[in-house]
Amino acid sequence: MKCIVCVKQVPDTSGKVAVKPDGTMDRSKMAAITNPDDLNAVEAALTLKDHQSDVKVVVVSMGPPPAARMLRELLAMGCDEAVLISGREFGGSDTFATSQILAAAIQHMGLERDDVIFCGRQAIDGDTAQVGPQIAEKLGIPQVTYAAEIQKTGDTLTVRRMLEDGYMTIQVQTPCLITCIKELNTPRYQTVRGILECDQKPYQVYDYETLKDEPLIEPDTIGLKGSPTNVYKSFSPPVKGAGQMLEGSGRETVDQLFGILAEKHII
Amino acid sequence: MILSEKHQMMRNLFRQFAETEFTSELLDELEETGEFNRAMHDKMAQYGFHGVKIPVEYGGQGGDSLAYVLMIEEFARVSPVLSIYANTSNSLGSGPLLFCGTEEQKQKYLVPVAKGEKILVFALTEPGAGSDAGGTLTTAVEDGDYFVLNGRKTFISGAPFADYAVIYARTDPSQKGSKGISMFLVDMKLPGVSCGKPEHKMGIIGYPTSDIILEDVRVHKSDLLGPLHKGFATAMKTLDGGRLGMAAQALGIAQGCLDESIRYAKERKQFGKPIAKFQAISFMIADMATEIEAARQLIYSTAVRKDAGDPESSKLCAMCKLFAAEMGNRVAYKAVQIHGGYGYIKEYKVERFYRDARITSIYEGTSQVQQMVISGNLLK
Ligand SMILES: Cc1cc2nc3c(=O)[nH]c(=O)nc-3n(C[C@H](O)[C@H](O)[C@H](O)COP(=O)(O)OP(=O)(O)OC[C@H]3O[C@@H](n4cnc5c(N)ncnc54)[C@H](O)[C@@H]3O)c2cc1C
Repeated sequence: MKCIVCVKQVPDTSGKVAVKPDGTMDRSKMAAITNPDDLNAVEAALTLKDHQSDVKVVVVSMGPPPAARMLRELLAMGCDEAVLISGREFGGSDTFATSQILAAAIQHMGLERDDVIFCGRQAIDGDTAQVGPQIAEKLGIPQVTYAAEIQKTGDTLTVRRMLEDGYMTIQVQTPCLITCIKELNTPRYQTVRGILECDQKPYQVYDYETLKDEPLIEPDTIGLKGSPTNVYKSFSPPVKGAGQMLEGSGRETVDQLFGILAEKHII
Repeated sequence: MILSEKHQMMRNLFRQFAETEFTSELLDELEETGEFNRAMHDKMAQYGFHGVKIPVEYGGQGGDSLAYVLMIEEFARVSPVLSIYANTSNSLGSGPLLFCGTEEQKQKYLVPVAKGEKILVFALTEPGAGSDAGGTLTTAVEDGDYFVLNGRKTFISGAPFADYAVIYARTDPSQKGSKGISMFLVDMKLPGVSCGKPEHKMGIIGYPTSDIILEDVRVHKSDLLGPLHKGFATAMKTLDGGRLGMAAQALGIAQGCLDESIRYAKERKQFGKPIAKFQAISFMIADMATEIEAARQLIYSTAVRKDAGDPESSKLCAMCKLFAAEMGNRVAYKAVQIHGGYGYIKEYKVERFYRDARITSIYEGTSQVQQMVISGNLLK
C-alpha cells in the first residue's frame, strides 16, 4: 500500500516575522521549514510503515524548486519517494487551485484501493486548513480531519478526532484522506545514514507537461486564474494577553484562582 | 570552509536534536545526580549517533570525520557532558577495532557498540602512567589459551556502566616504554574485573569516571586486539580521531559560551545602558567569535584532510586539540567575566561551561602532550 503525504515548505514564523512594506510576509528573509503539522502527517505514515512492511511512503509538495531541500530531508527521515510539483503555470494558486493540482498529481501517480493520503491540519503561513479537505473532495474519497490517534486494521482506519470541545472516534475505509494535528505524534529525526542515502531514493518533478492531461487540470482551474480567493485586506490581529494556567484540582488551586479573580476585581 | 548540503543537513539534525532533547531539566538532573542517563543513551542509539562514523556494514551510519566533528560540536554547545555519550564509540572505542580488529571481533564488539546496544570504553591511563603511557604497569601473562591480566587503570570515562573495555597491558616485560604493550578486549563482567568509586569531578558531571581494577582476569586469546606486543603503536594511529573529537567538544563549549554572552550582554544594563554598548565587552565578544571561527576552520579542514589520508593529519589533529582546548578555556573565562557575579552562580549556563571547558586541555593528551606531538613532527 501507499501512504501519500502532502507537505508544504513554509517560512519559520516561530522567530521574528519579516514583513514587506505592503504588509505581506517577506519570505526571502525568513528561514524555510517544513510545515509543523505536515511533519506529524509524515510521522503518521512512517509509523504505519514501521508496523507494516509493504507500506511505501511518498511525499508530495507543490512549491518552487528550493522545496527540493525539504523533500530530501523527509527522505532522510525515512520516506521512500518524493515528488515536487513545480511550474510557472502553478504559481499564484490559492487553496482551491492548490488542492486541484495536488489531487491531479495524486491521480497521476494512481490512487489505489488500500492507499491513504495524509495531510497536516493547516499550514502556519496561511492557517486555512482547506487544502486537505479539498483534495479529498476532488478525489471523491472520505476524509477525517484533526486526527489525534490512528489505528489501522486491514483496510479500516479508526481515527480519534480532537475537536475543541471533545473527541470523536470515526471509522473509515481506504482509500481516504486524514489531516493530522500535533497531538497525534512526535515526528522522528533524520539519521546520518538517511542523509547520506537520500539521493539514491526515487525523486520526481511533475511540471505542467506531466500533469496537463489530467482531467482536473484546466487553464482556469490552476494558478492565479484558477484561484477564486481575493485577499481584500490583511492585518495582524491585536495580541491577546497570554492566559495563566493553574494546575491541580484541589482546594489550594481553587483558593489561588479565587485570589487572582478577587485581585482583578472580577469577583 | 563551506559545508556541503549533506553536512549542513547533518549539522541541522544534530542541532535540532540537542536543542530539543537536552532540556534544562535533564542537564540539571545530570549535574545533581552525577549519574549516567541510560534513557538519553538509548535515544541517541535510536538515531544511530553512537555509530555516526562507523561503516554501515558494522551497524554504523557510514558518516565521515566531519560528520562526527559536527555532532560533537553541536552536542557540546548545549551539553558538554552529553557530547561524550556519543563520543567513545565513534573514536577511541571503535578506532582500534576498525583499524586492527579481526572480522570476528568486529562482529562481536563493533556492531553492538555502533548500535548503542553495548558500551565500550577506552582504558589506557594508570595511576603512574598518564602523559607517559609507556609507563604502563598492567601486565598480561600468557597461560594456555588465555592471557591473565593484573593491574589498575585510572580515570576511565564510562567504566562503572561499561560492557567492554579496551585495556592496554604489558605483554613483554623485557621491552621498555611504549614497546611490548598489547591491547585486549575485556568483558567487564569477567571474574576479577571491578571498578573503583566514581570520582567527584569539577565538570562533565553525569558521565561517571572511575578506576578499573584487574585481578587475575582471564582473557581469551581471541580477545587480543591487534598484533602482540605492538598494541601501543597501533593505538597511537587511532588517537588522532579522538583528538579531533575533543577539539570539537572544546569548540562547541566555546560557541555555547559565546551565544550566552551575546544574549546576556544585550540584556544586562549598567550605567543606564546594555553592557554590550561598552567597548570592553563588545571587543571581548569580537575576540571570542574570532578565535572560535579560527578553531572551527582548523577542525573542519583537518577532518576532511584526515579522511583524505593527508600525511600531515596526525600533527594537524594535535594542533586542533591544542588550539581548541586553550581557546575554549579563554572563551569560557571571558564568558564568565561578561556575566559578572551571575557567571559565578550555578543557575547560569556559563558557570557549567567554565568547569566543563577545563577538562578539554587535559584528557586525551594534555596541551603539553599535543605540543610534544606537534614539535616532534616538526623537529624530526
Ligand atoms: C574526567 C577524566 C576522564 C578521563 N577519561 C579517560 C579515559 O576514558 N581513558 C583513559 O585512558 N584516560 C582517561 N583520562 C585520563 C587522562 O587522559 C589523563 O589524566 C591525562 O592523559 C593526563 O595524565 P595525568 O593525569 O597522569 O597527568 P600527568 O601526565 O601527570 O601530567 C601532569 C602535568 O605534567 C605535564 N607533563 C607530563 N609530562 C610532560 C612532559 N614530558 N613535558 C611537559 N609536560 C609534561 C602535563 O601536561 C600536565 O600538565 C581521564 C581523565 C579525566 C580527568
